[in-house]
Amino acid sequence: MARFAVLVFPGTNCEGDVLHAIEAVTGQPAALVWHKEGSLDGFDAAVVPGGFAHGDYLRAGGLARFSPVMEPLIEMAESGRAVVGICNGFQILQEAGLLPGAMLRNVSLSYVCRDVRLRVEANSSPLTCGLAPGTTLRMPVGHAEGNFRADDDVLEALEADEQVIFRYCDDGGEASDAANPNGSRNNIAGVRNARGNVAALMPHPDRAYEEALGGVDGCRLFESLHRFTES
Amino acid sequence: MRDAATLEAALASGLSTEEFRQIGTLLGRPPNPTELGMFSAMWSEHCSYKSSRRHLARFPTESPRVIEGPGENAGAVDIGHGLAAVFKVESHNHPTFIEPFQGAATGVGGILRDIFTMGARPVALMNSLRFGPLSLPKNRALFTGAVAGIANYGNSMGIPTIGGEVFFEDCYSLNPLVNAFALGIAPADRIFRARAEAPGSPVWCVGSKTGRDGIHGASMASAAFDEEAEAKRPTVQVGDPFLEKLLMEACLELMQGDALIAVQDMGAAGLTCSTSEVASRGGAGVEIDLDHVAQRETGMNAYEIMLSESQERMLLVVRSGREAEVTRIFDKWDLDAAPIGSVSGDGLLRVRHQGQVAAEVPCRALTDDAPAFDRPAARPSWWPSPEVTPADLPEPTDWNAVVRELAGSPELASRRFVYEQYDHMVRSDTVVRPGGDAGVVRIKGKELGIAMTLDGNGRYTARDPRRGGALAVAEACRNLAAVGATPVGATNCLNFGNPERPEIMWEFTEAIAGMTEALEALAVPITGGNVSFYNETEGQNIFPTPVVGVVGVLDDATRRIAQHFAAAGDLLFLAGPEGGDALGASAFLKEHHGRTDGRPPKPDLDAEVRLGAFLRAAGAAGLAASARDLSEGGLAAAAVESLFAPDGSRLGAELQVECAGRLEGTLLGEGPARALLSVRPGDAEALAALAAREGVPLAAVGSVGGDALRIRVNGSRIVSLDLDGLADVFRNSLGRMALA
Repeated sequence: MARFAVLVFPGTNCEGDVLHAIEAVTGQPAALVWHKEGSLDGFDAAVVPGGFAHGDYLRAGGLARFSPVMEPLIEMAESGRAVVGICNGFQILQEAGLLPGAMLRNVSLSYVCRDVRLRVEANSSPLTCGLAPGTTLRMPVGHAEGNFRADDDVLEALEADEQVIFRYCDDGGEASDAANPNGSRNNIAGVRNARGNVAALMPHPDRAYEEALGGVDGCRLFESLHRFTES
Repeated sequence: MRDAATLEAALASGLSTEEFRQIGTLLGRPPNPTELGMFSAMWSEHCSYKSSRRHLARFPTESPRVIEGPGENAGAVDIGHGLAAVFKVESHNHPTFIEPFQGAATGVGGILRDIFTMGARPVALMNSLRFGPLSLPKNRALFTGAVAGIANYGNSMGIPTIGGEVFFEDCYSLNPLVNAFALGIAPADRIFRARAEAPGSPVWCVGSKTGRDGIHGASMASAAFDEEAEAKRPTVQVGDPFLEKLLMEACLELMQGDALIAVQDMGAAGLTCSTSEVASRGGAGVEIDLDHVAQRETGMNAYEIMLSESQERMLLVVRSGREAEVTRIFDKWDLDAAPIGSVSGDGLLRVRHQGQVAAEVPCRALTDDAPAFDRPAARPSWWPSPEVTPADLPEPTDWNAVVRELAGSPELASRRFVYEQYDHMVRSDTVVRPGGDAGVVRIKGKELGIAMTLDGNGRYTARDPRRGGALAVAEACRNLAAVGATPVGATNCLNFGNPERPEIMWEFTEAIAGMTEALEALAVPITGGNVSFYNETEGQNIFPTPVVGVVGVLDDATRRIAQHFAAAGDLLFLAGPEGGDALGASAFLKEHHGRTDGRPPKPDLDAEVRLGAFLRAAGAAGLAASARDLSEGGLAAAAVESLFAPDGSRLGAELQVECAGRLEGTLLGEGPARALLSVRPGDAEALAALAAREGVPLAAVGSVGGDALRIRVNGSRIVSLDLDGLADVFRNSLGRMALA
């Protein structure tokens, strides 16, 4: 059995979706953890869900890294357990220094909510360990700041080290400009850390876990996460 | 108390000489300036409904499902499973014209507070928007600014915006409309009401600090604009959706227990309105001390504190002895919460400030005793609008061009540019996304789905207010039926011009009459709503624009009818009365001929009732692969809309129709009570039998499939538009116009 922590900051709004998706897909228990908690003892993995933590004031994720729960979260990452971010969770993990790069505003300068297609680039992460590279998945995005940036040398190292785990692609699997919803460099939709236990993506697997929602591809990511915690 | 206010001050604040005299009579003395400000806000059209109250009483408001009708912060209907849907629509028109981003954003914030004030967790938003033509840069700024503001607030709150409408007409250039709808879910037996009882109970102010923003917003919203309108920017409130998210969570957490007697949100007229309304509903009084109100700025006087419309604040009436629970929960969410006074038994609103009594007014004088007018109404000389028929129009020669033009027109193009800026999937309950006739959210763990739609056609109402009112209700109910849902309750936002003009009052009373006829025929009660008068700038009035929000239930959300074509080979059927070729006030007239005249189609309410029953039965039996109501743009528009699904998939179709005379009416007529269905070939016979049983005419009009939209008339093909090109025109035109 694995226990999942789902972090809740003031302004987080996808905690219910993530909790429900984890329980529905993996059958494992998950619990909401308030940002003022100082411990994540007893949890095998943590998910930082989407929303607007601390109102996205300063910048997305910029204040959340000062919340008390970040200390045990960083310890968790250092211990090799799985730490995963979705959307605003991705931004928070970047701001906390657990993942590379930063997010700019979308090139459209607008929030964008729609289905995108993703190509799995590497299976060396908690979100992709059950997926074959080259697999394409469909799920929604919903963000205003998902435009992934990193310096040329950082980007080169990320690519060389296969730390890019998802890329936006078109129906044919091509990482084309037209398929890029926000202007991310190299169509990057998700990355992992060097060690391979911290990973995040901008799209929402927590909105694609039942046919009623228009797709079930998000299940594959939660299945991977479950598998990672058991390995 | 300070000196008495003068008649000049009263007139300057929007009150009439007669009203000023009436205040003196109610108080037994002249009001002081603070009291005058309180009366000016509470007796404004916006707060008092003084021109509309007697007319609104005509709406049907009862049904076995209604838990809370008009009068509370929002209406509530029983949706089964022990749950209630709590919903309302409200306007934020005037603030949006002055400052589109904040004006529209705080419209969303305000309507959400109305919902969670009732103890309901908001689960869906919609909005209805009107702007002037996008050819003018100012209108593009208003449109994009308002959409961005709505997106910012709703997205940050984590509540999906799942539907709505936007239209463009010249008359909205100087007076855009922003109507925001919200719906929440509460246990049916735990609806909170805003009635102060039990004298001695502490009254708390929670949430944001009080500042000088929005002072006299209610009065501003109750007057016509002139060229100085933009100088009124300080009367627009500034929203903080993050704070409201925290306030919502804190309130809902507190409402889990029973520490609260009453909750009232602070919207228009701020502390004045919330204290006097909560007290007069409960037959009580309230005494508050403004020194205990957390303030954002120094040196605020009683007038400013009482009339501030700072956002994200709530008034709580707490059970004596339970204050610690309030403190604990608001501390958790890092929000200000302080007792500012208590409920009294004397019926007075007594306001203390810096050791003095700053105001002392009977609560009822501000609320129930507000004036109510029976303003004169007079039919305008242009009535009735002349009919427009194809014989009056030059005949189109290139139907490919006509269909392409309409598919990319401001009236009919996809609203993707708008709804993709709204988070419409957060909460992972959205089972019918925007872009269909109605949005649907499910309730996790239950089969239940809740469908909702927001509809109005100002052009129709302008040319025939009675028909327009009835057609707005009929279309909303038809939209719900098209997803398979049963309407259970309605809310409305009545956007009209200056009620002091008799022809405007005539439009208003006629529209209400039409809406009432349709609501009664379709057995849908009104549970609340909002009136926005004085939508007049520089003497120009908007089209009368009643907007109707109807909520429906789907007992089994998995049985919802899809909104887009499902499979090649499916057959197309047009359900509903023949002869729906009316072109008066149609989208085709407007977009192709540049005319907004003519008389809208005659409502056929019996046919609407039959069509609704037929669509729901077809949905429940799984006989409809997709359905679309016919409205603006008629059959051709319904076909175009059905081609492109929100997940990016697409299917072509061929429409085949017979037409003895001119084609415009057949393809683009807007006759009511009709829907386009796609059906698996094997189900066609059963569908025809069902239609016969329900008394709904059904005509075969083609099939789904191919890589184009094709239209064949009397056997010959007049339209063939490839899907790639049509998709670009339909899906991207509105964005191109907005960002030009």
